[in-house]
Amino acid sequence: MGNASSMLTQYDIEEVQEHCNNLFTQQEIVSLYKRFCQLDRNAKGFISADEFLSVPEFALNPLSQRLLKMVDGLNFKDFVAFLSAFSNKASIQQKIELIFKVYDINSNGKVSFNDMLSVLRDLSGSFMSEKQREQVLSGVLEEAGYTIDSFLFLDDFIKVIGNSGLKMEVDVHVD
Amino acid sequence: MDIDRPNIEEYLTPDSIHTPLHQKLLLRDLLDISPVLTEAAGAIIDDSFTRCFKSNPPERWNWNIYLFPLWCFGVVVRYGILFPVRVLVLTIGWIIFLSSFVPVHFLLKGNNKWRRKLERYLVELLCSFFVASWTGVVKYHGPRPSIRPQQVFVANHTSMIDFIVLEQMTAFAVIMQKHPGWVGLIQSTILDSLGCIWFNRTEAADRETAARKLSEHIKGSDNNPLLIFPEGTCVNNQYTVMFKKGAFELGCTVCPVAIKYNKIFVDAFWNSRQQSFTMHLFRLMTSWAVVCDVWYLEPQNLKPGETPIEFAERVRDIISVRAGLKKVPWDGYLKYSRPSPKHTEQKQQIFAESVLRRLEEK
Repeated sequence: MGNASSMLTQYDIEEVQEHCNNLFTQQEIVSLYKRFCQLDRNAKGFISADEFLSVPEFALNPLSQRLLKMVDGLNFKDFVAFLSAFSNKASIQQKIELIFKVYDINSNGKVSFNDMLSVLRDLSGSFMSEKQREQVLSGVLEEAGYTIDSFLFLDDFIKVIGNSGLKMEVDVHVD
Repeated sequence: MDIDRPNIEEYLTPDSIHTPLHQKLLLRDLLDISPVLTEAAGAIIDDSFTRCFKSNPPERWNWNIYLFPLWCFGVVVRYGILFPVRVLVLTIGWIIFLSSFVPVHFLLKGNNKWRRKLERYLVELLCSFFVASWTGVVKYHGPRPSIRPQQVFVANHTSMIDFIVLEQMTAFAVIMQKHPGWVGLIQSTILDSLGCIWFNRTEAADRETAARKLSEHIKGSDNNPLLIFPEGTCVNNQYTVMFKKGAFELGCTVCPVAIKYNKIFVDAFWNSRQQSFTMHLFRLMTSWAVVCDVWYLEPQNLKPGETPIEFAERVRDIISVRAGLKKVPWDGYLKYSRPSPKHTEQKQQIFAESVLRRLEEK
């Protein structure tokens, strides 16, 4: 593990930093690399779904399967780019973009009633009936001026979530 | 920054989903999944479970031009002189052991009491040879374990050498995972004579058989004292994972034993995912020394009104404090399997209840 930073050259670090729009410092990138190597057990260059799930805290997250689709098989550069949305330097827009991507699982640029229902299902499990979920969702949608047939785009997400105290930050511990 | 505080409790409270309690439910509240995403990202970046199994080799000190030749000299001494001497010591130890153990085991079949006494002594002797082969410096604190019925010893687990270190002073019977290879061979021949119990952690039925054997063992007054490693797996000697309650629901006295290795000399953690036991022993035998402290702590009993799980946690606390280890709220077996869905369900339940409650606030 002590060899991790020696495998990452200064040039590599700068390339990764550029790729994530300087949202992480160089030290944070080195730290993330150590973590990446720790999770990527056979040094394949990417972390498999199974290796992500070996982190119990991640495995018991209700949205783990959705997130796995987004992070499975990423190389280090893209891994950092994914996590950059959680940097305290990232803009609210970037954070909302990530939230949008989690909903828009088929990446067609729009979120349907079913997509939102699907996320709600992941979050509430068996503790809400399907009918209750549909009821709640259609209720709040209409309240906000949409219908169950509406498609929500990134701009809608930005409008709805707005700036109201969105807290989505993680600290990268630097040795 | 205290990165090791156990966070599973706050993980599961309503605070982790910061929806205001008495306001009408809006679309925004459903779309804003930022708390859940933050937790997931936090887990990806660092988590208290993986930290427990990270090897921590001693700090590198050979980084400049003056120290490097000194280090090279050290390598030559360690691999060229110390290692062969140690292998010799170990071989002598095995020869002495086998030449005494085999006759004792087969010839004294009738004379149980004498045979057991001799076998105990011989195993203790062999373990001393093992410890000498790593230049082990073990400091024991506290009263030496005695052979009495209705007691078990529990210790934190860093490597299989924990067993050897403790066995050197007292011939314990241990309950262990059955290993393949030469280790398994030793397990089924020599260690069997001590009354050790084997199980396979991947088989659920084995656990019940093991539990039964445990209770039978502690009833016998002449059986070797039973040693259990309730963590169930090797941890890196900086943390303790949750203790399994098996040892604590036998209805007998539990004697805690704390073991702490001095990291300056060698990292004694056996990272079974990274290396075999043979490689691990090789690494120990090519280090300068293995220095550790063993504390035999005050025997504990189940307090009135205390559940076995609480008892296990209390003893874990005692051991962790004594050995300077941090506690994490994870089950060691998560190394081999996924967390049970009930943790996810708990979070889902909290979320669902909060949404339904706010729905009523019209």
